[in-house]
Amino acid sequence: MVQVVQPELRRVRSRIWAEWMERSRPYLLLLPALSIIGVLFGGGLLLALFQSLGFFTLLGPGELSLEAYRAAYSNSEFWTSLLQSFYIAIVATALSTVLSVGLAMLLRSANRWATLACQITLPIPHLVGIAGILMLLAPSGLIARVFLALGWIQTDQDFPLLVNDGASIGLLIHFLWKEIPFITLILLAVLRGLNPAYEQQARALGASPWQCFWNVTLPLLKPGILSASLIVFGFIFSSFEVPFLLGAIQSRTLPVYVYRAFTDTDLTRRPEAIALGLTLSAISIAVIAIYLWITANARSQVSGKRNS
Amino acid sequence: MPRNALILLIILVLFLPFLPLLVWSVAQGWFFPQLIPQQWTLEHWQQLLSASSRIGEGVMQSLAIALTTTVLSLLVGIPAGRAMGLMEFPGKPVLKLFLLTPIIVSPLATLMGIQFVLIRLGLSGTLLGVVLVHLMPTIPYMTLVLASVFANFDVGYEIQARSLGASPIKVFSQVTLPLIAPGVAVGALFAFLISWNEFLLTFFVGGGSVFTLPMILFTLLQGGNNGLIAAVAITSIVPGLIFLFVASKALQNEAALGGLGSV
Repeated sequence: MVQVVQPELRRVRSRIWAEWMERSRPYLLLLPALSIIGVLFGGGLLLALFQSLGFFTLLGPGELSLEAYRAAYSNSEFWTSLLQSFYIAIVATALSTVLSVGLAMLLRSANRWATLACQITLPIPHLVGIAGILMLLAPSGLIARVFLALGWIQTDQDFPLLVNDGASIGLLIHFLWKEIPFITLILLAVLRGLNPAYEQQARALGASPWQCFWNVTLPLLKPGILSASLIVFGFIFSSFEVPFLLGAIQSRTLPVYVYRAFTDTDLTRRPEAIALGLTLSAISIAVIAIYLWITANARSQVSGKRNS
Repeated sequence: MPRNALILLIILVLFLPFLPLLVWSVAQGWFFPQLIPQQWTLEHWQQLLSASSRIGEGVMQSLAIALTTTVLSLLVGIPAGRAMGLMEFPGKPVLKLFLLTPIIVSPLATLMGIQFVLIRLGLSGTLLGVVLVHLMPTIPYMTLVLASVFANFDVGYEIQARSLGASPIKVFSQVTLPLIAPGVAVGALFAFLISWNEFLLTFFVGGGSVFTLPMILFTLLQGGNNGLIAAVAITSIVPGLIFLFVASKALQNEAALGGLGSV
């Protein structure tokens, strides 16, 4: 009896083991990536949270309090910098998304070299872009020199302030210059993956090129547009060196304000700076949540249409 | 041909910021309102190459950090991309989103949170510490790119090779790897460039003792030596241009990039 049961038992056990291995395989494959991100990013966020709540300070253990958040939010500079960050991120993301859709449509049938040339800013470090924009748009920059040579302005005083300016024109130009090729690259990839039959059908049924774009191509591009603009918005909203070097001194963005608070010689301002940093992260997370909500709605709309 | 003229105009505008950089890097005392410098010089490039400017050291540190980061994120990203691209399992959307948070959420809070841990571990101000934090943005991009490569991957080839008696290692090196090579190239391109171009993470963790090219450029930009700024800026775009050129074929391959369009 025992001799009969044992091999059977072993077989069942090895089958369960094999099944368990099969089911846990994706998790095992993901484990290294997840644990590095979890420990570094998640762990960092948790430690920041503890410090902002006063669990421990640089000087030793402390006690739980919301003092850091009260101090952070009661400063009017926080609110103006928050507003400034939203202004920059929304305007830059919206403009670069719209222009990228146009550029992607333009490049769709262009040759490889034109497409490659339009991606030139993609691998360029932001700091190089900043240097180029400063030397181009500053009151003593190349464009001002050209205007003067053409007699359009008399002195560099006549040239409009385009860098470190109150309206953040230089900042926006930099982000457009850098992000349009990025979004365009993603949209071109999506466009190439589309089934051309939809557009051909629409044209064959008498749609004008504009109707075909508006009613067929654009809806098909929508998921790509949404996720590309999410990445770009998140990037611009949390960008530090670009507003630090190209933005106006009197209107700081939130990351620049956070950095100033963190490097303040007054060390007691540290928890406040960390509270501000966490607020910055919380806003980005909220934006992701809104994005997911929008895409989930869009998806259910599509499947709803399909069912009806 | 208005269409081609428009494309040409856009390309010209995109190239415009490089023009003053190129001129400044070889100009001597290019004062306003001169349109063209009166004198040309190679002194900025000589200064860049001289040991006293420490810029050569910056290039070496940038290279070491970017290459190590690329190799590490490939090692981690290939299995993760396989799971994300080829397999369906409970919790996949949540895990995918979790992996992507470091590229959407500002790293400032995280950096402030781990700073004292890195100091205590002796990693603050070291190349290793900088490589570690550079993995935060490179792993998500690597996983994303490789997931879309694996999504178009036919497992049948692997099963075939296995049934013909190849060992798992042989299957990976002779079947899987050649098939995913274009995607691996794009992923490596992204990881290398993200690390090479990274400023904020190095700034916080490098503690003023790790001098990558972006750190040097940031310091120079707060001064006013336009000639040296231009020379350093041009130096820092070289690997990006090489990679863009090398990977241009792979960048045309929608399989490798479609992933970014569906976060």
